[in-house]
Amino acid sequence: MKYEEIVHRCFRCGYCKLTGDYADFNCPSYRKFRFETYAPGGRMWLIRAWLNDEIQNSERFQEILFSCATCANCVEQCVFTFSDDLVNIFIAAREEMVNRGVIPPVVRDYLKNIYSNGNPYKEPAGERGKWSEGTPIEAYDGQEYLFYVGCVGSYDERGKKIARAVGNLLTKAGVSLGILGSREGCDGNEVRALGEAGLFQFLAEQNIALFKELGVKKIITLDPHAFNAFKKDYPGLGGEFEICHYTQMLASLIQSQKLPLTEYKARVTYHDPCYLGRHNGEYEAPRKVLGSIPGVELIEMDQSRQNAFCCGGGGGNFFTDILGGGEDSPSRVRVRQALDTGAQVIAVACPQCAKMLDDAIKAEELEDTLEVLDVAEIVTRALS
Amino acid sequence: MKDVTLSLAEVVGEKYVSSQPEEAYFYARDPGLMPAHKPDYVVLPKTVEEIQRIVRLANKEKIPIVPMGAGMSLSGLVIPLKGGIVIDMKRMNKIIEVNEKARYVIVEGGTSHGLLKAYLEKRYPRLRHSIPDSPATATIAANVMIHGQGRLSQQYGFNSDMVAGLEIVLPSGDICKIGSCSLSPEWFSKGAPLPDLSGLFLGWFGATGIISKVALKLYPKKRMRDVEIFVTDREDLVPDIIYELTHTEMVEDINIFAQPLPMIFKDNHHIVICVTGDTDEELEFKKKMIFDALDRFIKSKDGGFMSVAPAMKETFLEMPQKSASTFADVTKGGGFEYSGPIIVVERYPECARKLEELATRYALKYNVTARVIGRGHSMMFAFSFTFNRADRDMMDRTKEALHEASEYALASGGVFWKPTIDEQRMAIERMDPNTRNLIKMIKKDLDPNGIMNPGNWEVNVDEI
Repeated sequence: MKYEEIVHRCFRCGYCKLTGDYADFNCPSYRKFRFETYAPGGRMWLIRAWLNDEIQNSERFQEILFSCATCANCVEQCVFTFSDDLVNIFIAAREEMVNRGVIPPVVRDYLKNIYSNGNPYKEPAGERGKWSEGTPIEAYDGQEYLFYVGCVGSYDERGKKIARAVGNLLTKAGVSLGILGSREGCDGNEVRALGEAGLFQFLAEQNIALFKELGVKKIITLDPHAFNAFKKDYPGLGGEFEICHYTQMLASLIQSQKLPLTEYKARVTYHDPCYLGRHNGEYEAPRKVLGSIPGVELIEMDQSRQNAFCCGGGGGNFFTDILGGGEDSPSRVRVRQALDTGAQVIAVACPQCAKMLDDAIKAEELEDTLEVLDVAEIVTRALS
Repeated sequence: MKDVTLSLAEVVGEKYVSSQPEEAYFYARDPGLMPAHKPDYVVLPKTVEEIQRIVRLANKEKIPIVPMGAGMSLSGLVIPLKGGIVIDMKRMNKIIEVNEKARYVIVEGGTSHGLLKAYLEKRYPRLRHSIPDSPATATIAANVMIHGQGRLSQQYGFNSDMVAGLEIVLPSGDICKIGSCSLSPEWFSKGAPLPDLSGLFLGWFGATGIISKVALKLYPKKRMRDVEIFVTDREDLVPDIIYELTHTEMVEDINIFAQPLPMIFKDNHHIVICVTGDTDEELEFKKKMIFDALDRFIKSKDGGFMSVAPAMKETFLEMPQKSASTFADVTKGGGFEYSGPIIVVERYPECARKLEELATRYALKYNVTARVIGRGHSMMFAFSFTFNRADRDMMDRTKEALHEASEYALASGGVFWKPTIDEQRMAIERMDPNTRNLIKMIKKDLDPNGIMNPGNWEVNVDEI
């Protein structure tokens, strides 16, 4: 297994599961399950035990490994020099499990669906661009930007609304962009996170070849997960493109007055997506957008930015739901944290976070108190 | 007998009990060198009532119970030597009450030091507690149970001296309150003016009861903290330097470290002096008093204050000090352990020399760490070695070096702090026979079925 030579170095001191100020537990799977085995230190020790044949692969071992949301809180808080590799180690262990063919059925089904359908929803590729019907968004044909939407933005009802909001704003601001529609392929970020390195490479190479064939130079992503894959993993496979997340684009467009805003009065708290924040260090752009809307009162949650608590959808859990369910599910914990601020709106910048938190608000019966809106949806409400 | 897993699930809920191999593996060991012993069950209670029901069940079925905080003692105190139920206390982490004017806090038994620190910083910025340099996950109850030390130990003694009250689940399952809280709603004293019953529980590693609530004394938090480091290459002078420092009554905390690497540290003994103040004038006055107190060592060229770079200063002022954990990776190996006897300060020089000798002989990386407790009444001296978890030979050498350090510490008048089972055995054998009998009597009377963390503080050595 990759990283096998460092997996014994965990001291299981537990800094990895806390926030930076120690105010709370911040590892989503530990917070839900509460056995030490579900914390990063537990995973490290169990991976080593598994590699040494001291424990066997089992349903519980799989749950422990695949409930990691790859949110990178452990990477942020671990005090050791190998901290940067913690999530990579967990993914490497999943990779080893995939290679040995012993993974949870929900993970297997997700991977099979991507392999055979190109998306986890088992929908035809022809449906992929349907979200853009009725909008002025065009097919990609050499425009300055490719607007990459991804599986959730293309097929999920909530995701489609957000894709439309973003697409409309960008075209309204005069950004030259196009979409791939039925030619778009899965970015593979979750495939990689779930340990199917071969399938990820296949998807990435396919996408890179298509982007190159079409002459794509610049990409705007809807989903921070795609943003992460394009930015961090594609260059190693020959895919060098200029990548930005749509919130970065919106921040720039608002600053240059290309999106004139009027008032939208609301108390808003912003939920940092792990793959935009901790994984890629972008905390400011979404806040700049929200901060520039007259009437928006931005209130931070206690756990924000580097200490943001994951919605529980990362690392493939959005699709597998291994980490979901019950009042200690991360999304419900996060909604309660948002409620504590007195906000009316939870602003998100990721279609996966939007869906996770929407469902959590229903589970918490807070529909009359809290609303989840994507940053683009809030900007849309403030457009003159 | 009904299936124990089912019975435990009826108490805490199915998802908070496990008899699975994964939990059995992890909870069988801690980061130190003690051999693993698997628990049969791990359970995560949320309330004191749940603990009571677990204990009653265990008593009825005669199943051992091991209460566990963060499991950071390094000396295996929460390894279930005889199997049974590990009670992971960390779901019980509420801060129940802060009495600001009486300066105490009441917390549940699984509350971590980190959580209390964050809570006080946010809500009571003029109050603080004695935070140890163990990881921030270390729990307050377990820390006082092992007589831990922290940032205020130079002024106020062991962290267990700062306990202001306890709620204990006895081996019978009954709840017992210890201290003023036994007859008053206020938790201001663990003993005086009553008979101090806290001694029946503090230092026993859960062998006489489970701490479900603990009240801890809080102390004034000054607005400013600073650190100075006095360096001497004459270890024989360290006790005198400490004597002068403690005489000033100006110091928050005194720690000493010595290590061979980096090379500029070699043969030096670094006395880390923390001071606090509410104003620049107060801080400067204290520093001047400290400087004057050590003036004779400077004049004789036996020592001096080193300049402390900002990054280094930050490291020493950090609470808890994370570098105490990162020592575990000095050999890129994930482990360290220390024998940490409490000794009189005069023993520092010989212990420092012994540690260096052991490290050389066993070819190990080492670190001297010592913390002054009280006004020099004693100090914790850590014979500390780091090891690589992937190197069996190094782990064996570390074990041997630690055993030798323990024997040395005991022979030179030291008393073990959070002793391993080996050290407990050595201590029991050497102990005054009447004291030993008293321990046996107390344990037998409180826990006739011997279910509470069995193996620990067993007077019959063959039972360990």
